[in-house]
Amino acid sequence: MEPIQQIRSRTAVLPYTNIDTDQIIPARFLRTTTREGLGRELFADWRLNADGTLNPDFPLNRPEAAGCSVLVADRNFGCGSSREHAPWALLDYGFRAVISTEIADIFRSNALKNGLLPIVVDQANGQWLLEHPGAQVVIDLPSATLQLPTGISMEFPIDAFARYCLMNGTDELGFLLAQAPQISSYEQRRPT
Amino acid sequence: MKTMFQKVWESHEVVAETADTPAVLFVDTHLVHEVTSPQAFTVLRERGLKLRRPDLMLATIDHSSPTRTEQIFGNVPISIESAAQQIAQLERNCAQFGVELFGLRSDQRGIVHIVGPELGLTQPGHTLVCGDSHTSTHGAFGTLAFGIGSTEVGHVFATQCLLQRRPKTFALNIEGALSRAVTAKDLILSIIGRIGVSGGTGHVLEYRGAVIRALSMEERMTVCNMSIEAGARAGMIAPDQTTYDYLKDRPRAPKGEAWQRALERWRALPSDPGAQFDRELTLDGAAMEPMVTYGTNPGMVMAVSGSIPEPDNDPVFDKALAYMGLRAGEPIGNQPVNVVFIGSCTNGRLSDLRSAAQLLRGRKIAHGVRALVVPGSQQVKKAAEAEGLDRIFLDAGAEWRESGCSMCLGMNGDTVAKGEYAISTSNRNFEGRQGPGARTLLASPLTAAASAVGGRVTHPRELVN
Repeated sequence: MEPIQQIRSRTAVLPYTNIDTDQIIPARFLRTTTREGLGRELFADWRLNADGTLNPDFPLNRPEAAGCSVLVADRNFGCGSSREHAPWALLDYGFRAVISTEIADIFRSNALKNGLLPIVVDQANGQWLLEHPGAQVVIDLPSATLQLPTGISMEFPIDAFARYCLMNGTDELGFLLAQAPQISSYEQRRPT
Repeated sequence: MKTMFQKVWESHEVVAETADTPAVLFVDTHLVHEVTSPQAFTVLRERGLKLRRPDLMLATIDHSSPTRTEQIFGNVPISIESAAQQIAQLERNCAQFGVELFGLRSDQRGIVHIVGPELGLTQPGHTLVCGDSHTSTHGAFGTLAFGIGSTEVGHVFATQCLLQRRPKTFALNIEGALSRAVTAKDLILSIIGRIGVSGGTGHVLEYRGAVIRALSMEERMTVCNMSIEAGARAGMIAPDQTTYDYLKDRPRAPKGEAWQRALERWRALPSDPGAQFDRELTLDGAAMEPMVTYGTNPGMVMAVSGSIPEPDNDPVFDKALAYMGLRAGEPIGNQPVNVVFIGSCTNGRLSDLRSAAQLLRGRKIAHGVRALVVPGSQQVKKAAEAEGLDRIFLDAGAEWRESGCSMCLGMNGDTVAKGEYAISTSNRNFEGRQGPGARTLLASPLTAAASAVGGRVTHPRELVN
């Protein structure tokens, strides 16, 4: 995983609440045994017409959304299925961060483990972002701040350990493997 | 004074959490299926790692598996090549790493959340995880059970542990008694309608109260199953005599002295009187009715006897109704259905099939309606056939299939066509969940069966005396 310090990008906006992981990547694309190439199927049923051509009305297909690496969505983004294919697809498509007033638990956990920043903002700033697609934002991970083009800068909540791993490109498995002595000791005392 | 969640959490802390690091939490049972595990096995291979505790793992095939008998036991190949490959990959992975697998032809195979409990593998006070959000089902036993992503599946493979921050707790007290024809599915849909699809985010729910105590284990599983549809990390129900009676003598439940020791531990599990929850809500079970969803998330739910709500200028609501092809203010009971699906980890157990069969006995499914009955496991299928339920379904005009997730998410090709209405006993009515353009109405097995006969959304009391 590449270390992350700062993300500067314009935003692409999906002004919908409760975007579930079945929308992010429909179940029929989960019949894969790898994690690569899922960006092709990102939001497939919204982004693509039945014949595979781009749906011009979908916000991500508008010219101004091209090249955006920050996605803004209305509350409760990533609810539903635990499929990690959702953050894999978002990353493969080119997103590096998702901003919403609320992000579902399993999606948030999966996103953090893959270097996709889940950023929760308050109602007022969330509403401003929804109303201003293409806003140039700066996400600074060391200070855990999100800066809007209006000059407003706000701290966002992020678990200290997850932030450490993201900033250093460390994966959590290495940390867990180093706990082997404690795990062995737990296994000895665990009731059976 | 501790909550049940707190007791289970603390007894599984290998290392307690600090401000800088999450807790290292030990996993007692890891269930595995073909969709979310291949990438995790790849990580093991890439890093030269082994499974730490294959003895605590069990794999089954459910999401991609065909439900047509001839494709499992006959010579007809699986029609979707990618599904066949995914199944073959799980078989190779389990063989190479030494994981017990209930393969395609095993009479123990089934949906992962049906198989664990029916074996007696799901036990009170344990932690249980699976790369599937409906792992919350197992909380019905007082198990701390939750869904994880594939990276975390890899963590459990290599260390039998997860890094977790402690969630908050939310007590839901359901008092009173449910009326006739109001089922566990109606109860959980009512709860989701009340607290919303993100009402449980960041929390572990504990369902309590007179209504919960009166539920059977299978009904409790239906309730806990849909905890994730309220956004909750997990849902739990304290074990009691109903739990012990269910578990006793199951193949993988403790035996002899170990059973006695386990009972002692289990009896100490329920939340202490006066234990504090971060949130608490009390609902009246007697006021609940048969429910059906009308929108594109499980929180968009209403009484079967009611009319579709009329929102005030909400574009997201309008988008959902447009997708569903429904009109605000209309009684949902006028809505014709094209497809009826009875099955899934929510409602694919024997009591669910009995409930639907009781209504379909001696009746015919309405002309032009396609009904699919998919048992949750091969054991459920066998038990249902032993009591003749398959004949009731077939005589009514339904299809009777082999077990699997099937039309809940259509990964195996059991899908609903674009624009068609499916009344479904599954758990998600998201856009396209049952196939691109499919329109899902979630309901109980009883309401689904009544609707199969009526050919439209039908209140079960119209058919049940």
